Amino acid sequence: MSVDPHLAGLSGAIVHDAIVPARAPWLHHVAAGQTLRIVDLEGNQAVDFLLYATADDAERYSAQDTVAMQGNLFLRKGTVLRSNEGRPMMTIAATSVDYHDTIGGACSCESNTLRYGHHTKAEHACVENFLEANLLEGRGKRDIVPNINFFMNVPVEPDGSLGIVDGISAPGLTVDLHAEMDVTVVVSNCPQINNPCNGFNPTPVRMIVTA
Amino acid sequence: MSATLSNPLAARDHARRMAGTVVDAMPVLPPVADDLPAGVSVDDLLWEETIAAGGYATRRVARGTRLRLIDLKGDACASLLVFNADMPTERLNVADTVKVQWNAYLGQGKLLLSDMGRVLMSILEDDAGTHDAFCGTSNAASNAAKYGEGRNSGACPSGRDRFLLGVAKHGLGRRDVHPCVNLFKGATIAADGAIVPEIGPFAPGRSVVLRAEMDVIVVIANCPHVLDPREQWTVTPLRATAWRGQVTPEDDPIRTATPEGLRAFLNVEDYFRR
Repeated sequence: MSVDPHLAGLSGAIVHDAIVPARAPWLHHVAAGQTLRIVDLEGNQAVDFLLYATADDAERYSAQDTVAMQGNLFLRKGTVLRSNEGRPMMTIAATSVDYHDTIGGACSCESNTLRYGHHTKAEHACVENFLEANLLEGRGKRDIVPNINFFMNVPVEPDGSLGIVDGISAPGLTVDLHAEMDVTVVVSNCPQINNPCNGFNPTPVRMIVTA
Repeated sequence: MSATLSNPLAARDHARRMAGTVVDAMPVLPPVADDLPAGVSVDDLLWEETIAAGGYATRRVARGTRLRLIDLKGDACASLLVFNADMPTERLNVADTVKVQWNAYLGQGKLLLSDMGRVLMSILEDDAGTHDAFCGTSNAASNAAKYGEGRNSGACPSGRDRFLLGVAKHGLGRRDVHPCVNLFKGATIAADGAIVPEIGPFAPGRSVVLRAEMDVIVVIANCPHVLDPREQWTVTPLRATAWRGQVTPEDDPIRTATPEGLRAFLNVEDYFRR
């Protein structure tokens, strides 16, 4: 029997293990103390990611609090993912990619019309996935805020130029997130096909939760 | 208890004697401003208010309105939320604002974009140049950690708590306070992603003029920038002035500056096609 390479380095019992198909949403409750591993199965797949405090979902991930508190835009090993009230929600315990993005936000049908043209309005988009998943628990559009893009690369040049460029991820690379409180994780496995964030080919990712 | 205020009429007279008091930070009603730009009629003046250090203000602003903010003494930090007044679930999206414009920095000609692919406001004029779309604002916990005190009712209120009060005046709540932009206090980004705050203090009188591209609700909090390195909670008053203006015409240079921005204006114009 072969050893599953995607479990390397994980300790604790596996309490959840799911494949998120290409372009699909995913919602899961992760308890304080548990670890969520995201596996970029085929490489160069952006994973758009939001967090809500399970006990009070008006408290949610805040990209601005997260980057201001660490004084840096990039999410690296040790980054504390903070809420809109400044509290630690999860910590990046390990990552096999140097850094992840939290300034690029999520693609939406509406922003796609600006970035690429109105011909893209009917395409799949992350905000549609965020809405679909959040609606299951009574959250709606007001609850969608700028998110994290795991495995996505958004450099900022000296003149301020920024853009989503070729990924720095590869098949089998992972990020491990330690829950600092009970959190509701909402993911869009990014369906974007008009920029390099998914290598122009959205692919599945794997979600593993250990306790 | 004061004997002279022991009955309602005495209390009324006492209250009425305050009329006409002038302080540094207050609204002027009806609005008066002696420094409107050339060509702007005093009849079109809509709003004149000086927002206190640590204070906030909020107002519904019609499409076409110009909103001028002046950092009176060089240490204001105008943290700004913007909503579609008719449908406040549509609001400023800082990620789309920088991503769609392919640039991290705000300044003259830049657009403040909503999460529905539309322009909420554009930056018509800017002689400050130090603004910030990344850091957000302080909250009660961060102010308590930094200044020893962060309560809304205390000496060092936070930007988030000011925003909460401001949005509440429009029937909105905690879920509606979204990531903000900061005007007058800046942040630049180093090659390794490090945030380099530009806190000043700056020369007094720097100004920004915004143009409402939709009917919007603005909420402005004037609290120290969240990365202000000073140990003391330091901020100075902010002046807001608004006047009526023409809705952006088809040949407007900001509207036509980029293909992405033009499509954002087309989406606004489509929304108002009723």
